[in-house]
Amino acid sequence: MIETALIIETVVKAVVVLSVVAGMGAFATFIERKVLAFMQRRLGPMFVGPYGLLQLAADGIKLFTKEDIIPQNTIKPIFIIAPVIAASSAFVAVAAVPYFPEFTVFGYTIHPIISDINVGLLFVMGAASVGMYGPLLAGLSSANKWSLLGGARAVIQLLSFEVVSGLSILAPIMMIGSLSLIDMNDYQIGGVANWLVWKQPLAFVLFAIAGFAETNRTPFDLVEFEAEIVSGYATEYSGMRWGLFFIGEYANMITISVLVSIIFLGGYNDMWFIPGALAMLIKVSLWIFLFLWVRAAWPHIRPDQLMWLCWKVLMPLSLLNILITGIVLV
Amino acid sequence: MELRGFKNRNISPGYIFFEGETKPQTSWDRFKRFSARAVKGELFVGLWIVFREMIKFDICTVQYPLEKIRMSPRYRAIHKLLRLFESGHERCIGCGLCEKICIANCIKMDTKVDEKSRKLVTEYSINFGRCIFCGYCAEVCPELAIVHGDDYEHASEQRAHFGFKEDMLTPLDKFKANKQKEFPGFGALSKDADKFVKKTPLAY
Repeated sequence: MIETALIIETVVKAVVVLSVVAGMGAFATFIERKVLAFMQRRLGPMFVGPYGLLQLAADGIKLFTKEDIIPQNTIKPIFIIAPVIAASSAFVAVAAVPYFPEFTVFGYTIHPIISDINVGLLFVMGAASVGMYGPLLAGLSSANKWSLLGGARAVIQLLSFEVVSGLSILAPIMMIGSLSLIDMNDYQIGGVANWLVWKQPLAFVLFAIAGFAETNRTPFDLVEFEAEIVSGYATEYSGMRWGLFFIGEYANMITISVLVSIIFLGGYNDMWFIPGALAMLIKVSLWIFLFLWVRAAWPHIRPDQLMWLCWKVLMPLSLLNILITGIVLV
Repeated sequence: MELRGFKNRNISPGYIFFEGETKPQTSWDRFKRFSARAVKGELFVGLWIVFREMIKFDICTVQYPLEKIRMSPRYRAIHKLLRLFESGHERCIGCGLCEKICIANCIKMDTKVDEKSRKLVTEYSINFGRCIFCGYCAEVCPELAIVHGDDYEHASEQRAHFGFKEDMLTPLDKFKANKQKEFPGFGALSKDADKFVKKTPLAY
């Protein structure tokens, strides 16, 4: 009986999280256009609906009704499955992420996390990294030079940032002594002064940089940089297949924002007078805004500069951070 | 003699002369440059600038189908044939100068001598598939009859649209309603042209 209830609860949670994250990802595209437009003194979408709000629906209709093109010489099964990998791995990653403090509905306590596994952080990072197979396979199977270059850049990027994100997160893990994201949240109970960002500022910065690289956002958007490789791995994609890549990217963005908020910025603990759930929403929104803000302001870097940055600057720094943390802990 | 003194003569304030960065010679110099660039926080200046623009909300967008920019009198769009203000007759006297000067060879006109022994233009057409909108025809016209309009929306189903006399000539009802605007002359300035005059550095 308890088993059945658990299964039903998990399925409901999964559906809710999937739809909410996908919806938020779609809405983030609208917000991104608007924010970028305002920062460039433009108006952005204005014609569909009030202030262009229904542009979202128009885009969805366009993506769904577009002709599904599979070009000649592509490796069909891989070409078809690559966007699915990109989107699904992004959604798998959110399974172990807690969003809100637990709450009670009709006398039934709900934990807003699909599955509280004891290696939560490891699982999230691993699943998000699997998402890199999407661009890689898409690039290899597309029979297009731009796509191939995009795929190669995806691998370069993975090899570079994965080391940094793993090592930088190690120091907080050493302090907390657990990989569960709920434990990380509970470690920071008690107000802003207990946030981990004050104890691990360097790890925070490094993890944020690695997060930008992981989501292919602007300073590190070399996987699909338009001026150099047209659209990178997504050059040959159109319609909903391309849309899946897009949704995956935005879901990843949300995941990274949630991760940073939970690990470093106090998670869903109450902040002054703000209740925990609202505080979490504010933090995640601010991080999404930061992603867009940085895209409006900063130039992007070359692949060799990315590798230089990750291997020669960020990795030694994160190692140093681990060393100092270890010495202090001992 | 220093060239800079001459150069400075006509410069309005705000020009910055940049001699170029010196390349770092030693690795110590290179390290200094790296640390200066890293600590200077130029990236954050960039962040601040775009954020400032967002807060100021000084939007420059022209929402095109709803709003349109008024073109300057110098703009060379689809041609117009004007009428005489006094009588309403067409201004064109059929001299053929525009046909002669047209470097794309796209103007064709047919004339005849009418019963009052005046020259009458029976056909006048511009092939807009060939026209390069150089403006020579408007410049050479002695009667200010053929001029450039400011209608830049010339997408059409047919290449021949806009190109015949009845398309270009001011319609009589529009003329009677006093809607025909005088062409200020080829290369005329817009009314607010003074505002945009800016001194530039002159290199002697």
